[in-house]
Amino acid sequence: MAEATFRIWRTEPGGEGGFQEYRTAVSDGMVVLDAVHRIQAEQAPDLAVRWNCKAGKCGSCSAEINGRPRLMCMTRLNQVNLNEPVTVEPMRTFPSIKDLVTDVSWNFRVKKGITKIKPRKPDFADGTFRMAQRDVDRVQEFRKCIECFLCQDVCHVLRDHNKHEEFIGPRFLVYAAQLEMNPIDTADRIPELKADKGIGYCNITKCCTKVCPEHIHITDNAIIPLKERVVSRYYDPVTRLLRLFK
Amino acid sequence: MQVIPVRVEPRGFGQTSRRDAWWAVPLGVFLGLSAFIVYATWAAFQGEHYTYGPYLSPFYAPELFGDSPHAWFGPKPAWWPALAPFSPALLILPFPGLFRFTCYYYRGAYYKAFWADPPSCAVGEPRKGYWGENSFPLILQNVHRYFMWIAVLFLLLLAYDAWKAMWFADPVTGAETFGIGVGTIVLVVNVVLLGSYTLGCHVMRHVVGGTFDEVSKHPVCERAYACSTALNYKHQAFAWASLFSVAFSDIYVRLCSMGIWTDLRIL
Repeated sequence: MAEATFRIWRTEPGGEGGFQEYRTAVSDGMVVLDAVHRIQAEQAPDLAVRWNCKAGKCGSCSAEINGRPRLMCMTRLNQVNLNEPVTVEPMRTFPSIKDLVTDVSWNFRVKKGITKIKPRKPDFADGTFRMAQRDVDRVQEFRKCIECFLCQDVCHVLRDHNKHEEFIGPRFLVYAAQLEMNPIDTADRIPELKADKGIGYCNITKCCTKVCPEHIHITDNAIIPLKERVVSRYYDPVTRLLRLFK
Repeated sequence: MQVIPVRVEPRGFGQTSRRDAWWAVPLGVFLGLSAFIVYATWAAFQGEHYTYGPYLSPFYAPELFGDSPHAWFGPKPAWWPALAPFSPALLILPFPGLFRFTCYYYRGAYYKAFWADPPSCAVGEPRKGYWGENSFPLILQNVHRYFMWIAVLFLLLLAYDAWKAMWFADPVTGAETFGIGVGTIVLVVNVVLLGSYTLGCHVMRHVVGGTFDEVSKHPVCERAYACSTALNYKHQAFAWASLFSVAFSDIYVRLCSMGIWTDLRIL
């Protein structure tokens, strides 16, 4: 059986971290998570790695493989060059708890701060609504999100500029779009998106779209449409004038 | 057991664990946009060889003032400052230029390629400070929708120029007859690509239907939104194709006008 070398980030007891090399057997069809599990089973029983479904649907095994944010369970070994060491690091945008496990609790706090859905009056006495499927399809794309937070990890506003207090990141702009564009929603999130959610910080480099394992068009379908709604509300004098006559 | 998370420090400029050629795309964007800007600036200041028969270079269209038969209002106006250089393109090019400059696709591309913000995805940046498009000066990018409307007007004018490029004057009688030359095809393809780029613009998509949560209740808007969305999925490709086509159209007309290339008549 062939062997490959993995350079895995290990957090040391004092809080510092560094790469440690492991050489392990690999075979056809293996994914990076399989290799990490084999290393954990045979060489490093104290290696911490978060995982659950191994099917790219739970969003638990997010990491950076050869510097690219990816799900370990969806990265087949034939997609990486095994002739040189494969680096496996935790997501750099979030604090490392131990080894490959990061503290992503900030995301859950951010989610709580977004105005919840406020449905309009039901269309029928039985409390049901009628919506056109094509209107629903638009927000349905956003519901594919598995909250792996790879988009948050790669976003340079959070990753390099540490704007966690001022910017909610692509994941929650998608979440806000999912609510804001919902056909039955009546809440208004545009003021908060401009103010404390910091949509203006996004400079649309599309890195979030590139790493999304669910292939959600984060920038084109969620962030830019929200940016345009903010522009209409606050920066476009013509639409502001027209609103006065409505 | 209490766990104290440790934040992995951000890296310095250009530092990354990526193994791929992450610099290739930003470098290609830098070279492509730089080449276009240099050529367009040079061509705009030439002020000659921008027409050939019924063809008018898109850099000079519409020709408001100028010496060619395409000029709307005659030659260079008297009020133009004597010391300022004049070329019909100088009155025109800033508008499509600013449309592209404020375009969402180009913004993302040149922030990476020219300003390294970031140099590429998951690659360390040169600066610690960051304001994004949240404050001056980049908040001015929100003017994009106004340049989009001007670009639509230019699109109509270029379509009219492409139509006029199908009518060739007889050298003896001066009578115009319908015809198609290679230059006609070049100018028509240019309009089609510019149309695909402009009508698939994110702002266009927003104003024609994206502003509604239930666009299905507005049938005309729904159709327009679907068309704009279809073009929007290829916005990057159309951005580059139309940039190339507009430069090539100018080169074609220029080289025909200089006698270096011969325009073949197909019909």
